[in-house]
Amino acid sequence: MNPLWLGLVLTAVKLVVVLAALLTMAAYMVWVERRLLARMQLRLGPNRVGWFGLLQPLADVIKMLAKEDTVPAQADRWVFLLAPAVTACMALLTFAVVPFGPPLSLFGQEVPMVVSDLNIGVLFFLGLSSLGVYGVALGGWASSSKFALMGAVRGLAQLISYELSMSLALVPVLMLAGSFSLSDIVAAQAEVPFVVYAPVSFAIFLVSILAESRRTPFDLPEAESELVAGYHTEYSGMRFGLYFVGEYINMIVLGALTTVLFLGGWHGPWLPGLAWFLLKVGALAFFFIWVRGTLPRLRYDQVMHLGWKVLLPLALVNLLVTAGILLGVRA
Amino acid sequence: MLASPNWTHLAAELSGEAPLDLSAGLSLLLYTGLVVGLVLLLMLLAAKLGHKSTTPAKREPYESGILPSGEARVRGPVPFYLVAVFFIVFDVEAVFIVSWAVVYDRLGWAGFAQMAVFIGVLFLALGYLWKAGALDWGPRAGRKAGGKLPEAGR
Repeated sequence: MNPLWLGLVLTAVKLVVVLAALLTMAAYMVWVERRLLARMQLRLGPNRVGWFGLLQPLADVIKMLAKEDTVPAQADRWVFLLAPAVTACMALLTFAVVPFGPPLSLFGQEVPMVVSDLNIGVLFFLGLSSLGVYGVALGGWASSSKFALMGAVRGLAQLISYELSMSLALVPVLMLAGSFSLSDIVAAQAEVPFVVYAPVSFAIFLVSILAESRRTPFDLPEAESELVAGYHTEYSGMRFGLYFVGEYINMIVLGALTTVLFLGGWHGPWLPGLAWFLLKVGALAFFFIWVRGTLPRLRYDQVMHLGWKVLLPLALVNLLVTAGILLGVRA
Repeated sequence: MLASPNWTHLAAELSGEAPLDLSAGLSLLLYTGLVVGLVLLLMLLAAKLGHKSTTPAKREPYESGILPSGEARVRGPVPFYLVAVFFIVFDVEAVFIVSWAVVYDRLGWAGFAQMAVFIGVLFLALGYLWKAGALDWGPRAGRKAGGKLPEAGR
């Protein structure tokens, strides 16, 4: 076969496999979370559909597709219908720059284990995470419902506040690697993962991504006990499903980014690269679920206080100190 | 000015960075197409497959079971607008810091000193906002500002 065509076919196959794997992982993350959370609360969790409840995600998808797709009477119809797509698309697209393994040699061609190794990978990720905010904002606004609007406004303020400390926490990583490309960042961690050199950044980033993925203790945009379901109160069926699964895709993608930026990516002894990558992402996902099983929800003023008065100054001081030390050591 | 590095030299060095190769761009384009196509397909299926029996009561916004009252697009409290303004101020600053981060070693201590002054000014701004009470939320904000909260605001 012509090498050009072979390359194209290999790329297409890789993309389909990546997307299928990502969606399957997100669906099973729902199952894992429900089971783990249940065990943490001394319950059993879903265990009836299939072996250990393993077919539960499939049953849920079928159920959501068969539900009625309701649109509130006063809603801004098209914005309402399309907003869930924004959240899901941005979460899925962010994964495009994440390298998940060493390059693979297939049929004499080198296949990079990343969808697209952009030289501005970090900026791509920051840009998409900003755009993801639109899903929450537009969905809540277009619903024309008080609960949804309040959830959206809260979500908006929370997401942009934590985005700031998230991007500033990345600065030491950029200094250590000297590149925006995530593949270069992984390559720079072949010996020692960056979490060793930049533990404060890692802590800030971890808290910020918890807030960015709108999970406990930062789940105020959808706080069930006060706002019904927040910005997706009025959604039903698969559109609700897209918001819901989008959150889990976000969890996996942000876990993958943490792995790549701080935990050495796919580097590790003995096991193959992909296994290490999945192991690290799995550990972070477990941490997210563990936090949800442990911490109560913060109050809104506490959320803003933590973001603006603790994380932001800490991130600024941290990046200056890191730059000073690095200049001192490397000079 | 503290600047001592040779800017034209640095710029020439940086423009030598490898351009985005075609296969990576094509791969990203294909992936974007797949993602958008899949999500749109799911939404189309949601619209077509679902059971349909719309009644006026079902299309009312949910307000915990009682009839919805008043305007649905309630006005947001002012602090949310303040957060939006602060975000723009501090996010523009992040652009400068991030672009400095990848060349900090070539700019050396001179670049570091300039950045330290820049971040120092930002700290002054943050300190001012903090002191002015712009970062306070909830009842404490009212107590700090005037000591008493109007009854209706509670």
